[in-house]
Amino acid sequence: MRYSGFNVITQGLFGNKGWKPAWRDAAPKAEYDAVIIGGGGHGLATAYYLAKNHGLTKVAVLEKGYLGSGNIGRNTTIVRANYFMPGNSEFYSHSLKLWESLESELNYNVMHSQRGQVVLFHSDGQRDTAVRRGNAIVNQGDDAELLTVDQLRHEFPYLDYAQTRFPIYGGLMQRRAGTARHDAVAWGYARGADQRGVDLIQNCEVTGIDIENGVVKGVQTTRGPIRAKKVGMLAAGRSGQVAALAGLRLPIESHVLQAFVTEGLKPVIDSVISFGMGHFYISQSDKGGLVFGGDIDMYASYAARGNLPMVEHVMEAGMTLMPMIGRAKVLRSWGGIMDMTPDGSPIIDKTPIDGLFVDAGWNYGGFKATPASGWCMAHLMATGQSHDVARRFRLDRFRTGHVMDEEGTGSQHNLH
Amino acid sequence: MRLNCPLCGPRDRREFYYVGSEDYLNRPAPDARADAWDDMLYLRTNPAGETKDLWYHETGCGSWLLVTRSTTTHEILSTERIADRKGAK
Repeated sequence: MRYSGFNVITQGLFGNKGWKPAWRDAAPKAEYDAVIIGGGGHGLATAYYLAKNHGLTKVAVLEKGYLGSGNIGRNTTIVRANYFMPGNSEFYSHSLKLWESLESELNYNVMHSQRGQVVLFHSDGQRDTAVRRGNAIVNQGDDAELLTVDQLRHEFPYLDYAQTRFPIYGGLMQRRAGTARHDAVAWGYARGADQRGVDLIQNCEVTGIDIENGVVKGVQTTRGPIRAKKVGMLAAGRSGQVAALAGLRLPIESHVLQAFVTEGLKPVIDSVISFGMGHFYISQSDKGGLVFGGDIDMYASYAARGNLPMVEHVMEAGMTLMPMIGRAKVLRSWGGIMDMTPDGSPIIDKTPIDGLFVDAGWNYGGFKATPASGWCMAHLMATGQSHDVARRFRLDRFRTGHVMDEEGTGSQHNLH
Repeated sequence: MRLNCPLCGPRDRREFYYVGSEDYLNRPAPDARADAWDDMLYLRTNPAGETKDLWYHETGCGSWLLVTRSTTTHEILSTERIADRKGAK
């Protein structure tokens, strides 16, 4: 069923009884051309583009829970393309362009809102860095705008500009950045993939990867064995366990990242605001809740919940930046499992096993990458060649020394 | 979360700096191949469950600790000073 305003009105007139499920609840078949492990945003996008761009329709997405139950279902929904390193820059630029046509592409309202994101700076040195980053973004073909304090005061009058610890010197604004409805992205890709014949198989955990003489032959699952010529691993925070099924160790350590939502408030924060010095960023959802978060808790964890010191730190940073939110009540918080790499950049590559591919290591920036990650992973799985904008996301780049440390913070997994 | 420092007793997590997995203890010989350095510095088993990792008691006694803990429950199972381990240099 194609969604449209006309459809909504006619369904409304007849008691909304004609809506159909957005995708089939498929049962696993014995064999597929390609199997995707992980029914999150990246896995579903990969399946969608395998079918759409490459004509592969004998594809299954295997999800151990329900579709979109991982980080695509719980994140702070920021979409941006403000990277400057070669490799990252063109990739996120490509992703942002895909975002801009995603709703018409999928015939699905993902509530993509280009409300802009501003990254604040607090010293002359940081201003220089912001200018350099802005120039790199403009050279890449995207937009960046340096805002003075006066311009910032006009747009964001509620920030505490005179704070003694980190006085605000200005900000780097990207107007095309913004937010999107995270679940809808997974649902939109799931529906699009399903319409093109992809089997979306839920409650199906992969328990083994079959390999013969260095060639992948299929997977073992809780719903029986499935043969496949190609297998893609897109398990985000659980990538380590999935790769272990193939006897691989990845350059990934899983960490917990917390985020928070307040009660719904009237519209007050128009854009996404990033306060790097305090490790704090905030936006307001369309429902009115303030959505904000900070840094990872800094130790390896799969607990899907964090510890109180980071909660305190995030609240302190928020109060430092914008004291006006002090009376808002935090409704809930959560901890997501982040697949952290030693340089903060992701991996989309072949593995040493023929036919086995990996797309992982998204740190805490995987949401905005969803369209391009799927696009490039599908390209890699279908053609055997890395897509041009993802050619530097190599699995072996740490061994060969071609690291991409965008933040320049060092080589530990928890530093990005 | 509290870590039990063998010298200082149970202390708040904020006193400690997390370094990373115990892989950092397996330092290869200076002339080892790139693979061995890759194993120590970057590649991780990344277990969901019991793990051993290195912590530094930064605002306490300055000990380097090997902590055995659960990554799924945050339970601390044991702590040991690296200097007390057999063969420690």
